[in-house]
Amino acid sequence: MRYLPLTSDDRVAMLATIGASSIDDLFVDVPAEARLDGPIAGLPMHASELAVERHMAALSRQNRAAGDGPFFLGAGAYRHHVPASVDHLIQRGEFLTAYTPYQPEIAQGTLQMLFEFQSQVARLLGTDVANASMYDGSTACWEAIVMARRITKRAKALLSTGLHPHYRSVARTMAKYTGDVLVDGDPSLEAGTDWAALADSIDKETNCVVVQYPDILGRIDDMTKLAEACQSAGALLIAVVTEPVALGLIKSPGEMGADIVVGEGQSLGVGLQFGGPYVGLFACKTKYVRQMPGRLCGETVDANGKRGFVLTLSTREQHIRREKATSNICTNSGLCALAFSIHMTLLGEAGLRQLAAINHSRAKAAAAELAKVPGVSVLNTGFFNEFTLLLPTEARPVIHKLAERGVLGGVSLGRLYPDNAGLANGLVVAVTETVTEADIAAFAAALKEVLA
Amino acid sequence: MNAVGGADDNVTFTGNRALMLEEALIFEIGSTETTGVDFDETAPAADFGALARTAPIGLPGLSESETVRHYTRLSRQNYAIDLGLFPLGSCTMKHNPRLNEKVARMSGFADAHPLQPQETVQGAYAVIHELAEWLITLTGMHSVAMSPKAGAHGELCGILCIKAALEARGEDRRVILVPESAHGTNPATAAFAGFTVEDIPATEAGRVNLEALKARLGPDVAGVMITNPNTCGLFERDMKAISDAVHAVGGYVYCDGANFNAIVGRVRPGDLGVDAMHINLHKTFSTPHGGGGPGSGPVVLSEALAPFAPLPFVTKQGDGFRLIEEESAGEDHPQTFGRMTAFHGQMGMFTRALTYILSHGADGLKQVAEDAVLNANYVLRSLEGVLDAPFAASGPCMHEALFSDKGLAEGFSTLDIAKGLIDEGYHPMTVYFPLVVHGAMLVEPTETESKAALDQFIGALRSIAMRAKNGDPALKSAPHFAPRGRLDETLAARKPVLAWED
Repeated sequence: MRYLPLTSDDRVAMLATIGASSIDDLFVDVPAEARLDGPIAGLPMHASELAVERHMAALSRQNRAAGDGPFFLGAGAYRHHVPASVDHLIQRGEFLTAYTPYQPEIAQGTLQMLFEFQSQVARLLGTDVANASMYDGSTACWEAIVMARRITKRAKALLSTGLHPHYRSVARTMAKYTGDVLVDGDPSLEAGTDWAALADSIDKETNCVVVQYPDILGRIDDMTKLAEACQSAGALLIAVVTEPVALGLIKSPGEMGADIVVGEGQSLGVGLQFGGPYVGLFACKTKYVRQMPGRLCGETVDANGKRGFVLTLSTREQHIRREKATSNICTNSGLCALAFSIHMTLLGEAGLRQLAAINHSRAKAAAAELAKVPGVSVLNTGFFNEFTLLLPTEARPVIHKLAERGVLGGVSLGRLYPDNAGLANGLVVAVTETVTEADIAAFAAALKEVLA
Repeated sequence: MNAVGGADDNVTFTGNRALMLEEALIFEIGSTETTGVDFDETAPAADFGALARTAPIGLPGLSESETVRHYTRLSRQNYAIDLGLFPLGSCTMKHNPRLNEKVARMSGFADAHPLQPQETVQGAYAVIHELAEWLITLTGMHSVAMSPKAGAHGELCGILCIKAALEARGEDRRVILVPESAHGTNPATAAFAGFTVEDIPATEAGRVNLEALKARLGPDVAGVMITNPNTCGLFERDMKAISDAVHAVGGYVYCDGANFNAIVGRVRPGDLGVDAMHINLHKTFSTPHGGGGPGSGPVVLSEALAPFAPLPFVTKQGDGFRLIEEESAGEDHPQTFGRMTAFHGQMGMFTRALTYILSHGADGLKQVAEDAVLNANYVLRSLEGVLDAPFAASGPCMHEALFSDKGLAEGFSTLDIAKGLIDEGYHPMTVYFPLVVHGAMLVEPTETESKAALDQFIGALRSIAMRAKNGDPALKSAPHFAPRGRLDETLAARKPVLAWED
């Protein structure tokens, strides 16, 4: 038992100090019929480090890693190159093995990092303030809808059809139980987003309009008019960003008038990780800060007048307000926020713009190349690093045939919208700086072969 | 940098003192022109028309060397379990084995996309399935929902299962009973899911008042949320009786499993009548908490609640595994309450937890619970003469020992003891929680502390307790040796500064 330091002699001595004759005496409050004496049947006994590593490595090898070949998946999770120093720094024990900074005098490292993270996120999303992160983009999106209800005291949320279908599912799940009214639907295969129709649907019951930018089909559009429509109707505009790298090149939702901006920060620093842990971004205008869920770090001074940081505005939180709390959340994605923040610091504004530009130009090259495949066209008129291909056949089987040829070729709309036959031929393709020209050529060749 | 030179010998020019280093914000040391990343190409100008970003974002960059130094210096302002005992009760800070980190970074796990074709990620599904099997067996439950992202998210999952089960029965029960010793997330969760929350008092011995609970049960009660072992560090002796009584009126039992580490391998919650319980993987199975997360909160479910579990989930099919999503749920899982997060959960935490579980095995996990309980009782009995231990007579504590501020000198509080511990090189215990005890101090040593480490901690706490009893004024202004003195939390809340402004 390499992680357990007590020796048998220690245990005997400690039991004597306690005044117990055996360890069983310490479990005396467990009813006899529920007490287990030997190890639970049917499970293996402890194993050496070598044996465990071997077992897990064998399982790992049963997966195809994104880096094993041409890779084009996005749809809410993006593969970017993460500089080596990011992982090195988050593995420092003082970051990795620290807890929530409840004692600020000896947690200034985490707290200052969170203050810097909040500041970076607020600037990137174009808002006044951001919190110290949420679980992920999808849960942050739902929390934003709940927040809009709290602020406006209205029940109806309009979800853009361009919102990630999983984010919509999360909102639908929760709305069933909280009595919120959601108005939503599947996207149509149009080149542009239909935000004008959304604006027309706003009424006196509407608490918020939720739009994604770039949206699930990779489309981008100016949300300024929609923001104005929301404002004049007393509703809030919530913008969802699943690919924050895009904001290195295109205007932020905050600049265009969004009241709350949430996002998935996985793109920077965190990695694909087969779906989690990720890092939810959550930002808003200053006037709504006391309605914001999650942890917040604030600047203050210590007893000697030195600048320092603390968790603050905790009267919104569950440990103070119990059932009146703004949310039940009691943790954040601290370590992922750290990874995001370090990656962002390494990039800086200049690096982020350059990274975004490379992503965009690489995606444009891929779109042009793939559109040459007979029968294939590109839906989008505008996009950042992700776009939708229209195939002459259903995209789902194509994905599997491409995988057989060593190409992970995107996410089929059939998987995202299984009940909508009208979308079945759509394929969402993401291209980042990790994609090479050879990858694009291999994808185009394989697609041509599969569609032939 | 601040130049703080002066006549005082304790003041330095840089603000640094030997290895105690001051570090400015990235906004003060970086510039928007600097970058720590080289790209091997330049991209042509993009044309986004009116959507093009024009105004500066204001994101400072640092070179790689400056970045490494900045974050390394920041890290040194943190206490962490790698540095020493971190006795936060109810939070469970135990050693984080590095094999877990190595495994989580294997490319098949870390560099796989959640929407990859299913045939290309069978190993990842196998990890989820293998971990699920362990959790089911260890808890004696019917099934497990793996997708919840953290403990409180797991609570929400369990409560939604209860709500869906009641709906399936055509019943509209509105009340969830929550004992006052429960975690603060419990009432917040029930309220978030649209329930009315009612408190159930504790007995003087620190456990749920069974008679008060029974008296409140009725056809309007959807269920009860209990933390076991509870936040007073005690095992709820009447758990089975509570479950039976709640089931008798048609309600469900939610158990907050945050403290499962105290009983893993010794007690199966399924044997006590629990219908749903979340397991904080980061606590019981040791995934590092990284300054506040990520967590991971799978929920084990009874047969009655299993049909309502959320999507997506992994199921075994022939020699391989299949992911059940919205599409296939119709035939296989028609009563699911839906999806509660975008993808299938905290894979990075699953690999770490499974690695930890395989390392310990069934025998080692039982030893984990026993040593955690032994260490906590050792702390309790070694300190009860100096610090008031309100429930010491209620029987052994489980994995955490609870003390109060009774008997301290006039004007001295739990906070002073906590800050005094900092000067002794320790992270303080959990303070002012649970709320049922005045000036609570909740100490959780965990199983990864040696007897020598505990003896030193006990000595330090004993010394500070005596100073607080004797009214040592120096204790009132502790900590004196930390990177910062006591911080003005009132100022932070009254005039919030939440982002850097130039």
